[in-house]
Amino acid sequence: MRGGLSVLLTDRLALGSVVLAALVLGMPALKPLFAAAFPALDRPLYEADGFLALTLDHLALAGGASLIAVLLGGAAGIAVTRPFGREFRGVLDAVAAMGQTFPPVAVLAVSVPILGFGPAPALIALTLYGLLPIVENTVAGLESVPEPVREAARGMGMGPGALLWRVELPLAAPVILAGVRTAAVVNLGTAAIASTVGAKTLGLPIIVGLNGSNPAYVIQGALIVAALAVVMDAGFDRLAARLTRWRPGGA
Amino acid sequence: MIVFEGVTKRFGAWTAVDNLSLTVAAGEFRVLIGPSGSGKSTVLRMMNRLIAPDAGTIRVEGEDIARLKPETLRRRMGYVIQNIGLFPHWTVERNIAAVPELLGWPRARVRDRVTELLALLNLDPERYRGAYPHELSGGQQQRVGVARALAAEPHILLMDEPFSALDPITRGALQAEMAAIHKATGTTVVFVTHDMDEALALASRIAVLDRGRLVQTGTPLDILTDPADDRVRDLVGREDWGLKRLAVETVAERMRPGETAPGDPLAAGAPLRQALAEMVARGTDRLPVVDGRGRPAGALHLADLLRGPDRA
Repeated sequence: MRGGLSVLLTDRLALGSVVLAALVLGMPALKPLFAAAFPALDRPLYEADGFLALTLDHLALAGGASLIAVLLGGAAGIAVTRPFGREFRGVLDAVAAMGQTFPPVAVLAVSVPILGFGPAPALIALTLYGLLPIVENTVAGLESVPEPVREAARGMGMGPGALLWRVELPLAAPVILAGVRTAAVVNLGTAAIASTVGAKTLGLPIIVGLNGSNPAYVIQGALIVAALAVVMDAGFDRLAARLTRWRPGGA
Repeated sequence: MIVFEGVTKRFGAWTAVDNLSLTVAAGEFRVLIGPSGSGKSTVLRMMNRLIAPDAGTIRVEGEDIARLKPETLRRRMGYVIQNIGLFPHWTVERNIAAVPELLGWPRARVRDRVTELLALLNLDPERYRGAYPHELSGGQQQRVGVARALAAEPHILLMDEPFSALDPITRGALQAEMAAIHKATGTTVVFVTHDMDEALALASRIAVLDRGRLVQTGTPLDILTDPADDRVRDLVGREDWGLKRLAVETVAERMRPGETAPGDPLAAGAPLRQALAEMVARGTDRLPVVDGRGRPAGALHLADLLRGPDRA
């Protein structure tokens, strides 16, 4: 048991997950604490929605947008590094560079008059913003594959499909993953702001708390978002270590 | 057997290979040599269709390779390049197993083959099987590169300056291993180099190329004793021509069978150049010779090194 405990305390992913689960499921139990900390508040605990439901919606929005961005951005990045798509490389670069200059909040703000309120515009806005780092890193990762490795693969009789799936993508994976991580981090934070356009996320208690001068609500929403960010960061670290085991100094 | 008939390849205005006809016989160790820009690598890369010719036909084992699927053709040939190109994310074992896996060999057969090849290339199988390429020295990496090319028992092995980037000692060791592998397997080897010493040491036949044209073909001795023109003479090197000559013949070809001589014996398979070095070092003009099993075979006289080669 002692071994198990020491692992838990030194493993950021495990510790973060436990803290996250405790916060999501046990927030009502902290009600007396918040009541003591903020005696002036009539309602020291956000109770309009369950924190579990808010967390799941938050994850669905940020995760769903990231997943769509990975599929679309990955496909676009692969396409422009193939012989048939090479001529679109310049266009894609220009679009990516332009997109990166907009802050995610601005993308969200612009999408509302076009798409209206609700989770749909938030999903589309987050997907669009997440696309850019993923496309860029997919292209950069695929282009970092050494030419002799490509030549050896072709020379031994790998077709274009085998070359891509068995050699190029695994070698590009660490760089692509860094792009996915950037997109996911931005999406996790922006999903909180998305509750201003009508998506139910962990941003809801924060926005409601800010509007109604209720710092307890703000803290409750922010704590869970922070715990989510820590767990996600640790998860990406773990994944990155797995993908780079073959590198000099790899885990 | 590989046959080029009237093959031409241009890159823009540059003619890399100019109406080349060349036959590489089955089982031969054929070295393509020439200065940079001579088209030797282009010739090699046309054999496995990494480059397509603009004109002419290339036949491999009787088949016009333009009609074969490139992947099918390449899986039947080993390919070794100067920059090695091991897959850095795969272990040594998986690198070597790459072509057998593409061909769908059963797992046990692949594993046995990997063990066999690591041993053949003087890498301890248990130590290196699970290593990643970055954990190996340059020489070890190219050993794995050669093992990977040999994995699916190809009839033809294409090698593009495979040892040029290695230090002289490692290069010498790999050359010796390559010669032994060629002798043991009977694989046809086509080997590109710009290093005449390497060509003379390894080739059963040499093809000298210059500006995309064939200048001369012949055995190492032919190239040395009867160079077609000044370009070949330059490649051979004028200063140490005599030593190169002695390097391509063995003691067995010049010794006097049955005679004896004092001193430590020389192997009958050793090059004459080594015999000369021994004579100079020992200050003698006669050396005893033993055969492959260490039995006395005869004696070698300095005078025998000085006459021309016996031409059949």
